[in-house]
Amino acid sequence: MNTVSSLLDDSWRERYRRISALNIRSSIYDVTNQCNLRCRGCFFYSSQEHEAASEEMDLQKWHEFVGSEKARGVNLAILIGGEPTLHLDRVAAFYQTMPTYCATNGQIKVPRDRFPDMMVGISLWGDEEDEKVLRGKNTFAVSSKNYEGDPYTYYLYTITPKQLGRIGQVIRKIDDAGLKAHLQLLTNDEQVDGYSWTEEKMRDVRLEMDEMLECYPQTVISCKYYHEIITTGKMMGRSFGWSECPSVTESLDNRNPRPKRLIRFARWASDLKTQHRCCTSATRDCGTCKDGAAHMSWVMVNKREHLKSAKDLQNWIEVYEMFAKLYRFIPW
Amino acid sequence: MSVNPDKEALIVRIAEIIIFELKLEDITPESFNPDLDLVDELGVDSMDLATVVLVLQDEYGITIDEDDYPKLSSIRLIAEYIKQKQAS
Repeated sequence: MNTVSSLLDDSWRERYRRISALNIRSSIYDVTNQCNLRCRGCFFYSSQEHEAASEEMDLQKWHEFVGSEKARGVNLAILIGGEPTLHLDRVAAFYQTMPTYCATNGQIKVPRDRFPDMMVGISLWGDEEDEKVLRGKNTFAVSSKNYEGDPYTYYLYTITPKQLGRIGQVIRKIDDAGLKAHLQLLTNDEQVDGYSWTEEKMRDVRLEMDEMLECYPQTVISCKYYHEIITTGKMMGRSFGWSECPSVTESLDNRNPRPKRLIRFARWASDLKTQHRCCTSATRDCGTCKDGAAHMSWVMVNKREHLKSAKDLQNWIEVYEMFAKLYRFIPW
Repeated sequence: MSVNPDKEALIVRIAEIIIFELKLEDITPESFNPDLDLVDELGVDSMDLATVVLVLQDEYGITIDEDDYPKLSSIRLIAEYIKQKQAS
């Protein structure tokens, strides 16, 4: 039977111990149903989740809700929407209570005097051409000015199939803005023509993602094992999908057998009562879901499966470290 | 050092439960080091522990609070925890 000590040298063992102590318990919150963009492929709107519940308008209720979430054991709030920065008082309710990550399109600047160290992830869907097709405007022009050099901000760069061969240009622009980048892949929820993945494109994008990591190690927050998992959808011979996904709301998880999953995870609608099925939309085909956080979490919850060899366990550590960096539990 | 047969049997039984519930390979209850750190060395996480705890609660008629999970870091510590719970 393999043990951690039998597989890792002192340096890797120290890295393992550092992340093993983190015990991250995340949940996701729709801060609002509103957004200042309407992106083609946004799961929130394409699945009508913006109509699933009416927003809670009473700020005191938000504070009480966040307190109850903390009491439930949540120690990382992931804020999505809609566009969370449209309601900064609600964002503040989370930020004042627990480590908080705010996903945004970056068109409104989070005031750093009010949220000095809140992690901000700016969504980016490719280069100028792709952004105009999918989001109606070049969001980078605004977001990069709003957040230039911000040490608590990174771009969540969603790579589309159209980006093949051009990813480096985007990473360079992010690097020039003094920001970090994390890579994930578009799930073409609205079947926009030309934006669906093929196996060949997946192989190509994996190589290009690896190349970005090698060329921009200080800018790209990623690791090769994550690239393998998200492009192949396979881990240890198993395929990602509904029967494997760890990011299903716990109270709605009636899978049997129940896979390894995120403990206490829930995704809440902005009425603070309704829960969504998972971290993306209930209408998405799990077999084609390319959600980056779900794939990272899939690796993270399957720790013991990675005790098969030193390389497997090192891969697991790198994915966990990547997740911890993205939510600033450990430094970049 | 004197050996407490009850406690030794308890340790072997806990090892059996852990091996079965966590589907561990290449290990027997008798060869399982009771002092091996389950988290640091075997990669056991809180979901694994929750699975084991459900069986322990049923088998030994005790309640194990999740706040106590950090105390259950080795088979020997689990055995001591069960003994204490049964005595209280």
